[in-house]
Amino acid sequence: MKNNKITLACVGLVGLAVSGIAGAVDARARFMAANCSYCHGPDGKSHGAIPSLAGLEPGYFVKQMKAFQDGSRPATVMKKHANGYTDAEFEAMAKYFAAIK
Amino acid sequence: MALNRRDFLKTSFGAAGIAATAGLAGCATAQIGSSGPKVVVVGAGFGGATFARYLKMWAPNANVTLIEPNAKFVSCPFSNTVLAGINTMDDITLPYDNLKKIVDNFVPDTVTAIDTTKQTVTTAGGHTFAYDKLVLAGGIELMYDKVQGYDAEAQKTVMHAWKAGPQTATLRKQLEAMPDGGTFVMSVPMAPYRCPPGPYERACMVASYFKRAKPRSKIIILDGNPDIASKKGLFVAAWTKHFGYGTADSMIDFRGNNQPRAVDVKMMMVSTEFDDVKGDVINVVPPMRAAKVCGVAGVRDGSNGNWCTIDYRTFESKVVKNVHILGDSALTNFPKSGSVANNTGKMCAYALSEQFAGRQFDPSPVVTNTCYSGTGMGTAFHVATVFRWDETKQSMVPPKDANGVSAEESETEWAYMESWAKNVWADTLGLPQSYNFTAKG
Ligand SMILES: Cc1cc2nc3c(=O)[nH]c(=O)nc-3n(C[C@H](O)[C@H](O)[C@H](O)COP(=O)(O)OP(=O)(O)OC[C@H]3O[C@@H](n4cnc5c(N)ncnc54)[C@H](O)[C@@H]3O)c2cc1C
Ligand code: HEC
Repeated sequence: MKNNKITLACVGLVGLAVSGIAGAVDARARFMAANCSYCHGPDGKSHGAIPSLAGLEPGYFVKQMKAFQDGSRPATVMKKHANGYTDAEFEAMAKYFAAIK
Repeated sequence: MALNRRDFLKTSFGAAGIAATAGLAGCATAQIGSSGPKVVVVGAGFGGATFARYLKMWAPNANVTLIEPNAKFVSCPFSNTVLAGINTMDDITLPYDNLKKIVDNFVPDTVTAIDTTKQTVTTAGGHTFAYDKLVLAGGIELMYDKVQGYDAEAQKTVMHAWKAGPQTATLRKQLEAMPDGGTFVMSVPMAPYRCPPGPYERACMVASYFKRAKPRSKIIILDGNPDIASKKGLFVAAWTKHFGYGTADSMIDFRGNNQPRAVDVKMMMVSTEFDDVKGDVINVVPPMRAAKVCGVAGVRDGSNGNWCTIDYRTFESKVVKNVHILGDSALTNFPKSGSVANNTGKMCAYALSEQFAGRQFDPSPVVTNTCYSGTGMGTAFHVATVFRWDETKQSMVPPKDANGVSAEESETEWAYMESWAKNVWADTLGLPQSYNFTAKG
């Protein structure tokens, strides 16, 4: 128990020191992006015919999502999935996937 | 993408998180690994494995114990392709090796007792683990006693094959041994059940095998539901196109409102309220409910005590605190699918990682389901739905137009289905990019 307390105290200090810059990782975008990985692969790196999302240029990514929504890009499943998210969420996910090497 | 420990501390452990963590610390039995909140996960299927992997990614400080008796993961998705002879058992069997490296403690054992007051679980092997958070992801329990005559002896002959493994292998052998011109009798349980399109896909897959290997054979589907319970238009179209459905010599004979009430192995007969049906191979899937371990924990509170109600934001049981229920055991608006178990595993990991960090829950979480079904004839189709938390309805519901099925079956979707299987396996089990899958679409 003693050890535990020491660890927690250290964590507390770090936590306080950086609480001002919370959001270095956008936990919500990370979770939403993980919604896509059962098809697009862990971290957007796919096995097989479904395209990978890792490293896509954000402008291209957002454009595709909007094109799926309005039907200008034909799709099997992506229209339904794209319709479930907002434009702001497309931007957040685009940023997340673009950062994956 | 893995964060190192320092990054984690910087980004996700606020001061409030410390209070939460400290509050959780109980008096535990020996604990190996990380010093944070103790999370015990029961079952390394689609729900439990995904949850454990993502929690270690998003809250590395959490101490995760994963308890699972099976030495390897055998996938229900794609198990119907084994019945068709497209894949073998080896192709749908995957290792736990990577998952074992990710969690703090992987225990090859079965949970037999749970004390939700003391917050401990005990295994058949006699080990006891204390928890701050318990996650039950044990899948389903089959209720053989709801079908007269479906006793231990009958279970040697009549397979359900609704949990992939030896049952699947035996059913395939029975189909191989069946003479051309024989009858395969299969049943569909009443909703809600694991994998709504699964039985109708099974009919397609077995029919595709018969068409290739024993074309004079028949399939009788005894469905407890009044009608085809999932993707009806697409299944009827596939049966019509490939297996003569609707004609006098249809390979498939579909009978709704025909719940099996009894099996008689000596006669090789299944009885419903209306029919006595004889078969050369009989495949009865009995009614099901939340995993036995949910009964042990006392969390089967919903739907006549069969399933577990949960709070959608955290997957915490509505009746027992600090017990979370994932996958098929939960009573939700979601279909009971591997996709949903995988995705809601992440949703629960996200909620708990935010809670451990002392942050607010996401006010509007999103999860999705997609179920592909193969015809066995080189084509497939899907149903897909996005679910979002709706504050007024206090439920997860599909936004406008974020729900639907394929326009038609296609070869393109068969390729996507194969890709989906590999990606959901990799995502659930943490398989590396270099993993050499052998399953074929
Ligand atoms: C024929 C068939 C086809 C299917 N096809 C698809 C498909 O194409 N797409 C799709 O999305 N879904 C499909 N499914 C559905 C999918 O398999 C389930 O929805 C999914 O497995 C549910 O995940 P789960 O984690 O709840 O349970 P499971 O994956 O069954 O995992 C439960 C785990 O818990 C373990 N366990 C149970 N009790 C204990 C205990 N007391 N102690 C320790 N461990 C325990 C079990 O050994 C098991 O490993 C299909 C199902 C079937 C039967
Ligand atoms: C059911 C499987 C499935 C899910 C879930 C899914 N996708 Fe897709 N995705 C596909 C398929 C298949 C395609 C090819 C287009 C089509 O047929 O729909 C695709 C294409 C795309 C493309 C175009 C890629 C390119 O290189 O042009 C983007 C971008 C994309 N998806 C983003 C997403 C995002 C973001 C999510 C999660 C919110 C997601 N997808 C969830 C299956 C899926």
